[in-house]
Amino acid sequence: MPLSTRSQDGDEGCVLAAALDNVRNLSNILKAISFKDHAVFTATRDGLKVTVEDSKCLQANAFIQTDVFQEFALREESVGFQVNLTVLLDCLAIFGCSSAPGVSTALRMCYNGYGYPLTLYLEEGGVVTVCKINTQEPEEPIDFDFCSTNVTNKVILQSESLKEAFSELDMTSEVLQITMSPSQPFFRLSTFGNSGNAHYDYPKDSDMMELFQCTKTQTNRYKMSLLKSSTKALALSCKASVRTDSRGFLSLQYLVRSDDGQICFVEYYCCPDEEVDEE
Amino acid sequence: MKFRAKMIDLGCLNHFTRVVNTIAKLTKSCVLRLTPDNLYFVLSVAPGVQRFCVSVNFFDEYQMEGLSPEANEICLEVAPENISRALKTAQNAKAVKVKLTKKHCPCLTLSAELPSLSSISRVVTHDIPVEVIPRRLWHEFKEPTVPDFDVSIYLPPLKTMKNVVDRMKNLSNILVLEANLGGEMNLKIETDLVSVTTHFKDLGNPPWGDSASQSRSQSWDPEAMAHARVDVRKLQQFLIGQQINPSKAMCNIVHNRIVHLILLQEDMSLQYFIPAVA
Repeated sequence: MPLSTRSQDGDEGCVLAAALDNVRNLSNILKAISFKDHAVFTATRDGLKVTVEDSKCLQANAFIQTDVFQEFALREESVGFQVNLTVLLDCLAIFGCSSAPGVSTALRMCYNGYGYPLTLYLEEGGVVTVCKINTQEPEEPIDFDFCSTNVTNKVILQSESLKEAFSELDMTSEVLQITMSPSQPFFRLSTFGNSGNAHYDYPKDSDMMELFQCTKTQTNRYKMSLLKSSTKALALSCKASVRTDSRGFLSLQYLVRSDDGQICFVEYYCCPDEEVDEE
Repeated sequence: MKFRAKMIDLGCLNHFTRVVNTIAKLTKSCVLRLTPDNLYFVLSVAPGVQRFCVSVNFFDEYQMEGLSPEANEICLEVAPENISRALKTAQNAKAVKVKLTKKHCPCLTLSAELPSLSSISRVVTHDIPVEVIPRRLWHEFKEPTVPDFDVSIYLPPLKTMKNVVDRMKNLSNILVLEANLGGEMNLKIETDLVSVTTHFKDLGNPPWGDSASQSRSQSWDPEAMAHARVDVRKLQQFLIGQQINPSKAMCNIVHNRIVHLILLQEDMSLQYFIPAVA
């Protein structure tokens, strides 16, 4: 039962007002990037971007486009705030996590601007819960300066194959090494753990591989502890793109399709681990 | 002291079993209070927070003789898990008999007559050890009277309430429960980080009649919310009781003092008192 879009008290003051018939379209994506307590929300005409960072080396961005929402109204070019993501997720799940068939929780979100809390109205079966979450000054997200003109290697593959590899990765390895090359081994994930070295190879003509554009042989290592944070989003996704640029910075992009067919994107940027030279 | 009782109705037996199983989930030890008319299970969850269960008519036959004619009651401490286990074997019994016996120690002996192919029934017997509670402690287990409350209201669907309270517990230790005589109830938590309020409407208010003890609610402004700040975990504990599928669930609030919760299931009531915190 969707919340009526009647004007609430203070709706007139809302710089950001958004509504969703099914809150799970938002909460599932946010759960996937909840590896830290705080998240920065940026709302623009394109939709909502939620950013979470870890130790200045990893950044996750979830994009929920305007058309995913049943209503999305913005009074300014760009609206930004920071909230405690753990608290937000508890509020979004206030009526419980499991969904009985045909029952969904509707969400209405309202933000009145700097200094105001983020107000959520959640409704299920005629019961309404109102949450006011305190906001903070949004921290400037790091600009990883990753642009497509600088991309040396890119692959797009079906997530199935990556999911298998990531679920088997040797977590005793401090790093995950990614090798991308126009020649053998094409695309390789390697670990160096207590049980020895392990390699996962993806040949360029495999059925899983949808796009293979590698121009230069590159080997880079990334801290396993950082990349572990990307596995939840990988698990939700159906397609993944892996790109590295000339500095060895990594960009992972995941296409996530919800139960009702809505599409959202989650991307990760990660700095290479300092100690290794590029080949 | 004497006690003997018999159950032959399968529905009653299932019912009794469900109640005992729920109690076993809540506590390792409870008190069985036998009076001439009723059998009570008394659970002490914490000092001042007692949970009672009254059973009437679980038994088709019920006879007891208390400590003495002036003190015509029996109080026994027992582990509900033991009764649960014994009842497992009695699931399809034709009849279940319970009596107070003395083996190597005082026991509740439960014997179930099970159906069998031959004309002779099989009987399975369990001796459940109990401890007799001395008379000087009986006052701790007396059924408290319904407090003179300000507002009485039917609870919302317990599953919904449980989901909400479980989430609120992640956010705060203290929860405010408030309700008015217009069938509205709110659950609220407030911390430095967040405030959350869940609004329930059209719940209905139970008619308590004109009993003199309900004088407070008669002078209570029907629109005004009676509220109490309580420990979330105590409310969570109470909501475990929703497993017995009560037919009615209600709540009496003494403003700023006590929340009195009642679950009714046919001829049984489960009452829970939660004192308000500052």
